[in-house]
Amino acid sequence: MTGPRSRGTACPNCGAPITFRWAQAVQTTCAYCKAVLVRRDLELERVGLQADFPHTGSPIQLGTEGTWISRSFIVVGRIGYQWARGRWNEWHCRLADGTSAWLSDAQLEYAMTTELSVPIPLPDVHGVHVGETFFWNEERYQASTLTRARYLGTEGELPFTSYSRDECLFVDFQNDKGGLATIDATDVPSVLFVGQYLSFDELAFRNLREFDGW
Amino acid sequence: MVNAPLDPAQARPRASSLSCPSCGSAIALRTEGWSASVVCASCGSVLDATDPNLAVLQSQANRISVEPRLPLGSRGTWSGATWEAVGFQQVTITVDDTDYSWTEYVCFNPYRGFLYLSEYQGHWNVIEKLRRRPTENTSGARPVATFDGRTFKHFQTATAVSTFALGEFPWELRVGDSVIAKDYVDPPFILSAEASEGEVTWSLGTYTSSDLIRLAFRIDARFPSPSGVFANQPNPYSGLARSVGRTLLLFLAAFAVMLGLNVAFAGNTTAFEQAYVFDRADSTSNALVTPTFELTGRPSRVEVGLLADLRNDWVYFNLSLINEVTGEVRDFSAQMSYYAGRDSDGNWSEGGRREKVHLSSVPSGRYFLRIAPEGGEASGVAVNYTVTVKRDVPSYLFYLFAALALALPAVLALIPSASFEGRRWSESDYAPDTGSSDDDEEE
Repeated sequence: MTGPRSRGTACPNCGAPITFRWAQAVQTTCAYCKAVLVRRDLELERVGLQADFPHTGSPIQLGTEGTWISRSFIVVGRIGYQWARGRWNEWHCRLADGTSAWLSDAQLEYAMTTELSVPIPLPDVHGVHVGETFFWNEERYQASTLTRARYLGTEGELPFTSYSRDECLFVDFQNDKGGLATIDATDVPSVLFVGQYLSFDELAFRNLREFDGW
Repeated sequence: MVNAPLDPAQARPRASSLSCPSCGSAIALRTEGWSASVVCASCGSVLDATDPNLAVLQSQANRISVEPRLPLGSRGTWSGATWEAVGFQQVTITVDDTDYSWTEYVCFNPYRGFLYLSEYQGHWNVIEKLRRRPTENTSGARPVATFDGRTFKHFQTATAVSTFALGEFPWELRVGDSVIAKDYVDPPFILSAEASEGEVTWSLGTYTSSDLIRLAFRIDARFPSPSGVFANQPNPYSGLARSVGRTLLLFLAAFAVMLGLNVAFAGNTTAFEQAYVFDRADSTSNALVTPTFELTGRPSRVEVGLLADLRNDWVYFNLSLINEVTGEVRDFSAQMSYYAGRDSDGNWSEGGRREKVHLSSVPSGRYFLRIAPEGGEASGVAVNYTVTVKRDVPSYLFYLFAALALALPAVLALIPSASFEGRRWSESDYAPDTGSSDDDEEE
């Protein structure tokens, strides 16, 4: 963690204090002026301004905690996406062991995935058709959906710096064990995330957003 | 916390500020922005719920009007969580020119997402969308799907058309749109695969009594009682058939034990036993008459056993069972031979020293045997032999009748269960008498 109130932890745009929850974060968004800040050594550099970032109705928020496979996690950042059926978020989570994972909340169906650290050959997503079978990590996956989306915006701490994407392409794969694999084909090369669908109860959330009347 | 929650000014517009661009009526949005479509309750137009201006996707789409039993906005408690009814649609399939319609409710919880309810003529299902794919096996005559260790039988494949809609849906709904709906059943569960535009969505329904739904949503009005048998309705008689079947098995096991005891102890009562000698040198041993003995009980089987100490010899017995009172004669015979020796292959033997003859339906009474042994090797010496007369006392038919008598209630208990299953499957693609049901398979 960065030290308290060190020079690098004030927003270079508005001077508001910036605290990183996750030591490896390379990008964050100032909660006050919405400046998108990229960390370069100890300095924070404003690379843009987060435009209107609409609310998505998720019960998850920055600071939400939970449990995944007996490991606690805290939500430190998010990317909001827009697609044909609305919006969803990929919440950047810091696990207890310092690694990061992504919590997806599309239509409030929760899934946790991590980027596959070992590079493996991935299919050309444009050639993948729904129902096609693949084996990753010795698990069987079937292609289920192709999703075209765009960034709505980002918030909080992220493990990478690119934030402005007009067109994203995801291919989701499912299996009979509740597993989920996603190929993020937005950039070249594609990135494979592997994980599982989880019920609301399994994730044992704390510090969720509250909804009026619920 | 420096990263404060999102600015309240960016929160979604209040429901009251939204109105239908088609008719101007107020549109209530209850799903915190998670729905894709909303249908105006006033004019029936389908609107884009992801668009802040609620763009009209399908103007005045509803051609009919259906009243939901659970009013939109009503809340119920299910599995410990609160759910609000936010969407409602009628779905229709057409089989043999007949329309069958059911209704579906979209329920929402801001933490848990969506849950669905369906109702067909008083039969309710609570349905959750699946994220694990069931395994389909379509190689057999009737396809099956396995999920969570359960095997589901294919019930029906049909084109399901949305014929009326109200409220919010987490998909892009159009009235008139259709999906290919494939149902597999393993009561009380139903697995459904809905295919549309290359995407397949699986869901798992659990048959639920209408009273439970009514109480969960605190609806005062009575719901219609279920009519007919639904695809995944649990068979109320299968428990009866099972318990009767279990009882029958218990009785049959008890019978088997009794039968075994009967055979071991009660059966084969020895009526007479005596040892004799057949000495070929002594002509008086060529024919003899036994003392009389009593055969009791109903007319039944008699077993006459002969045991002779033959060694490289043979003997032929002419036998008669004679009723001392009536003089009725039953003639029979028995032949025995026993040879043994040693050659280059070792010891050998052939034939036997024991013979049994069965006489059927011998009435009770006093009897004696006439025994006339003859034959044998010229070098043969005296043969010692024993004659045994056994009466087969027990009637094994009793067990057959008893088992049949016991099976009768079991069969009767199976009838309602089987008839229930018959009514269930008569609505499926596998109904015995609908010749055109095969057409559905092409889809």
